[in-house]
Amino acid sequence: MLPSILAFFTPESGGSPNANQIDTLYKITLVIALLIFFAVEGGLAYALIKFRKRKGAVAAQIHGNTRLEIGWTAAAAVILVALAILTFSKLSSIQNPPNSGANGASLSQLGEQNNLLYASTNRRLPPDGKALDINVIGRQYIWQFVYPGASEPDGLGAPYSYEEMVVPTNTTVSLDLVSEDVVHSWWIPELGGKFQVVPGYHNYTWFKISKPGIYRGQCAFLCGRGHARMIATVKAVPPAQFETWLARQKEAISEANAEAAKARKKLESQSGPEQVENP
Amino acid sequence: MATYAAPIPQVHAHHVEHEASGWTSWLTTTDHKKIGIMYMVLTFMFFCLGGVEALMIRLQLGAPNNTLVTPDTYNQLFTMHGTTMVFLFVVPMMAGLGNYFLPLMIGARDMAYPRLNALSFWLLLAGGLVFYASIFWSPPEAGWTSYPPLSSALFSPSGGQDAWIYLIHLTGISSLVGAINFYATIANMRARGMSWGRLPLFVWAMLTYSVLLIFALPVIAAAVTMLLTDRHFGTHWFDQAEGGSPLLWQNLFWFFGHPEVYIMVLPGFGIVSEILPVFARKPIFGYKAIAASTVAIAFLGFLTWAHHMFTTPIPEAILVFVMLSSFLIAIPTGVKMLNWIATLWRGTIEFKTPLLFCVGFLALFLIGGISGVFLAIFPVDWQLNETYFVVAHIHFVLVGGAVFPIFAAIYYWFPKITGRMLGEGLGKLSFWLMFWGVLITFLIQHVIGMDGMPRRVYEYDNVGNLALYNQISTVGSFILAAGVIATIVNVWRSLKVGAIAGPDPWKANTLEWFTASPPPVNNFDVVPLVRSGEPMKDIRREIERRSANAAGTATVPAGTTQVGV
Repeated sequence: MLPSILAFFTPESGGSPNANQIDTLYKITLVIALLIFFAVEGGLAYALIKFRKRKGAVAAQIHGNTRLEIGWTAAAAVILVALAILTFSKLSSIQNPPNSGANGASLSQLGEQNNLLYASTNRRLPPDGKALDINVIGRQYIWQFVYPGASEPDGLGAPYSYEEMVVPTNTTVSLDLVSEDVVHSWWIPELGGKFQVVPGYHNYTWFKISKPGIYRGQCAFLCGRGHARMIATVKAVPPAQFETWLARQKEAISEANAEAAKARKKLESQSGPEQVENP
Repeated sequence: MATYAAPIPQVHAHHVEHEASGWTSWLTTTDHKKIGIMYMVLTFMFFCLGGVEALMIRLQLGAPNNTLVTPDTYNQLFTMHGTTMVFLFVVPMMAGLGNYFLPLMIGARDMAYPRLNALSFWLLLAGGLVFYASIFWSPPEAGWTSYPPLSSALFSPSGGQDAWIYLIHLTGISSLVGAINFYATIANMRARGMSWGRLPLFVWAMLTYSVLLIFALPVIAAAVTMLLTDRHFGTHWFDQAEGGSPLLWQNLFWFFGHPEVYIMVLPGFGIVSEILPVFARKPIFGYKAIAASTVAIAFLGFLTWAHHMFTTPIPEAILVFVMLSSFLIAIPTGVKMLNWIATLWRGTIEFKTPLLFCVGFLALFLIGGISGVFLAIFPVDWQLNETYFVVAHIHFVLVGGAVFPIFAAIYYWFPKITGRMLGEGLGKLSFWLMFWGVLITFLIQHVIGMDGMPRRVYEYDNVGNLALYNQISTVGSFILAAGVIATIVNVWRSLKVGAIAGPDPWKANTLEWFTASPPPVNNFDVVPLVRSGEPMKDIRREIERRSANAAGTATVPAGTTQVGV
């Protein structure tokens, strides 16, 4: 019975170690909370039934009991200290990403990015310093994902995708979250917690997926009328497939850019009544 | 022979005003009781408006991918609902109850500044009108928290956002003036003998409410002024492109917003602390602990605002500090909870409607308190934040912690205000509908949130059981609404046909029951000397003793008695 209650009453997890660790922390807290809940509600119900008004019953004129009151204050404090210790013990496994697996994608050392506008939380890297670095850009009402592989030194020409992020399995993926307009929040429930995407700031999170598949989520902070439709999916594929996809994506983007450049040139060269102003 | 003639006191009535009557008497009154009634009626009307908005939200979410309302209407509905319930219902309703009963409970004849008191009410009305006028144009739609940049001129150009800003300003001044008034009244106008240790716990709660408002309101006033100048006068407080910061708003808003939660629930705690002893026929258990924990909660309430920002880019040291300070608040809150249950313990509990609503408060607020501990653990909050889990949490805290005590107060004090009792049958029906309504509506929302549904979305896909869970929640919200309607009907009927209450129908402990129901304009002809924390109990004992001595002579009617003077 208890496991099924726990499963029903638990956040999503199973995609990434940080989500699983949060899940464990949550479940231990839930057991403690249920014990307190039933003890207090039970005590309340007992008092209401046992001490309802009856003929001849006289209410005890008690004003308090200092020892008892100090006792339950201390008990409450002890429970909370225990919860704090529990949280601290889980913290590093939730916050710090592990190394990528041996069968993960091959990665180069992450360059220290230093384009922060403000002091911000530090990006956490795996012990070996290697992770797949994806920039997540939130804007009304679509997510854009920019992958490594810029063809120009200023970062331009990198492959990107919208709405669906494709990642290799068994690889630690480090996300750099930025916004172009309003506050958004990045959340894929099975891949760990959500992080606000605030204009002018960088926020970071990570995940490492072992099971190929599609993980769904959506923007979790009100960003305007289309908020409910600002969905995000993460598609985990084996590393080889990922590399093929990334190369293909880059190619497709440069082809489309070339097409667009051609079309633009044509528009610019037109004259007479067909000319388009401000092409 | 010179005889000594005792001086005869003479009263010269230079300018006697007739007691005003008719509707102008309501417009011009400075009587705390009339102002209190206007507060309560007005805020209850806003409660009904906010409730209708909530039902429309639930109707929209009653089916997946529903198209009942458009996305912009939906955003306007939840913005209006949240803003109305916080700024136009709970906070001013507590002010209304305080207005009516605080002077009576401390044996005063009015508030310290009667005209400022009237000003508070009329500012509240002005704020409400400005805000609701926006429904004829374009209501605000950036949520009751109105985070920039979404609330900036670029992304919310409509005047609705400005109406929201003016609402915060007007109700803010109203509350600030009221808070100063409460503070001055409590500090200076207590009956003889009413030391701090004999102050009714509702008055302790209103004192703390006032201090919290005085510290918190200037911050939100500054924040919305900055938002206003950003929107219209070219400043860039919250504009990252020009060196401002959207996070500044979050800090300022929640520095006010978190104490605001205690501003809403502490008076509720006070109401419960008054009512439980009366119906358990037992003194409150641990008076000092309850009063002290009220003050402790208020103090700690100023140290925890960043737990609303656990997912923003802030340093880990702050995450840890705020988690621990939020844990600390659970201690005085837990102490109160156990004190209330201990008050019932070994009593002789009479299950009248006011007591039922207090018990409902205990049962529901505990759920909100416990879910709050989950949200205080920041890694867990990363999963739960901004989902329906949080929606469930705030509703257990605010419906349990504020709405149920307000309904308890309505049933408990209606006889004092009108001289008539509310019907017990409809009262109990109302309680059971509201109690189950809250459980059905909001328990399942925890699960909805953990299954991945964020708050403030106008539609969702039918993944897993989301459609079923949302339907359960929608059904619950209508049960809850039926419970509220039962009380409205009850009030309407009882105004005419309710049983005559008499001055002290509950055999209660505090001084408001010493005077007639409804009380005369001057409240008390004689203010009794207070000898303990339960002055009415002393007075009843004294009357019993004297009646026994006088062997069957008529009892002294309360309100004119000289007992205890």
